[in-house]
Amino acid sequence: MAKKFSQEHEWIELEDGIATVGITDYAQQSLGDIVYVELPEVGKKLTKDGDAAVVESVKAASDVYAPLDGEIVEVNEDLDDNPALVNEAPETDGWFFRMTLTDESQLDELMDEAAYNDFVEGL
Amino acid sequence: MADQETVLLKTALHDLHVELGAKMVPFAGYDMPVQYPLGVKAEHLHTRAKAGLFDVSHMGQVRLTGENRVAELEKLVPGDIAILKPGRTRYSTFTSDDGTILDDLMITNAGESLFLVINAACKDDDIVHMRANLGDGVNLEEINDRALMALQGPEAANVLARFAAAVADLKFMSFAELDIAGIPCFVTRSGYTGEDGYEISVPNDRAEELARKLLAEDEVEAIGLGARDSLRLEAGLCLYGNDINDTTTPVEGDLNWIINKRRRAEGGFKGADVILDQLENGADIKRVGIKPEGKAPAREHTAILNSDGEEIGEITSGGFGPTVDGPIAMGYVAIEFAAPGTKVDLMVRGKARPAEIVELPFAPHRYFRG
Repeated sequence: MAKKFSQEHEWIELEDGIATVGITDYAQQSLGDIVYVELPEVGKKLTKDGDAAVVESVKAASDVYAPLDGEIVEVNEDLDDNPALVNEAPETDGWFFRMTLTDESQLDELMDEAAYNDFVEGL
Repeated sequence: MADQETVLLKTALHDLHVELGAKMVPFAGYDMPVQYPLGVKAEHLHTRAKAGLFDVSHMGQVRLTGENRVAELEKLVPGDIAILKPGRTRYSTFTSDDGTILDDLMITNAGESLFLVINAACKDDDIVHMRANLGDGVNLEEINDRALMALQGPEAANVLARFAAAVADLKFMSFAELDIAGIPCFVTRSGYTGEDGYEISVPNDRAEELARKLLAEDEVEAIGLGARDSLRLEAGLCLYGNDINDTTTPVEGDLNWIINKRRRAEGGFKGADVILDQLENGADIKRVGIKPEGKAPAREHTAILNSDGEEIGEITSGGFGPTVDGPIAMGYVAIEFAAPGTKVDLMVRGKARPAEIVELPFAPHRYFRG
């Protein structure tokens, strides 16, 4: 499935019923140098727009919201040692977590890449 | 209330910041560069490795003249200004009648005058305070026609000496009026990064010219307020409004060193009764360095707990130190927990996380003392 995007600057990629979630290139550029990522625990149940993770730059902490309802099945442990991966490869190696989806139809509420690029353009 | 929307002030270097691609943010009423395309972390590390140029023109510059300038200023600050020789600079604080800190400042004996540098956010209040409390025989002049920039880092002296050889011999906390690249400047060998370097007061209409000359040197990068903050935090230096303010005294703020023997013996400054009593008998709280054990930064207002889970203080500045390569913080704790080595917990996002009280600074000072 092609990536989907939220207005909170997360990307979501669904494969075999598991969604991989990270923050967009636009988001990492706005945040600047990322020095710490606090990831949720595996098994944590997420509610759409609820707190999912925290990303910290040198200057400030920012919340990352769950783009969809579901449950965490895996987190990117590489970010513990190398949070700068989020700056270097936000939409590939810098992924945050993987989750099951309670309701795949929620994906329809998210933007495709073209719509997200237009959205960012307008900010 | 639309007319209360603040129109941000611009420093003489504003156009240059924009040209350099800085991200501009409101700070103390000014539109200031928080970072350049290099980014906060690289700017921080560059300053520690080579030299960084900071625009600090938002800070206030004040000249005091008149025969009573020293004695009258000593009524408002606990520092020994009389002992300050011409060409020497001292860090001090304005204190209130309650002994709390109204601002911190640099005071230079410029020979025929005292030259003060005060914080941007406090400068209007400071000037009102001085005008109201400085007695006869002192004239206060706000210097609004000069910008202020800081060149900081181990290569700062080499770079600046190319434009003014005499700066090489200037010692830490010393001042000279001299031409840099033909531009008349007030130079102090000082700064707020923990590194060797200079603060340079330059006429507004020559500021951009000087900044461009310095930035053209290989070692120099433009550095924003973001890195200025992480550099000063690693250096254990107070940010007024966070780490010291009008509820904390110099003793609570661990600034006893700014009050020398004569001022301790004689008093005669605002709040002296409170401050001298705390010097004698101790204060209930103290500013300390705090090193979180994990990787999560603990930001300002984070609660500090003892091993019984009781709140014993609060973080006043906290973040990530790029040179330390980890989280660092400063804050106040009850005096019985202030000893380095004391284990505490920090409440970050509802979780108690282990940390330790440590000596400041986090990054060693590298001042040039000659």
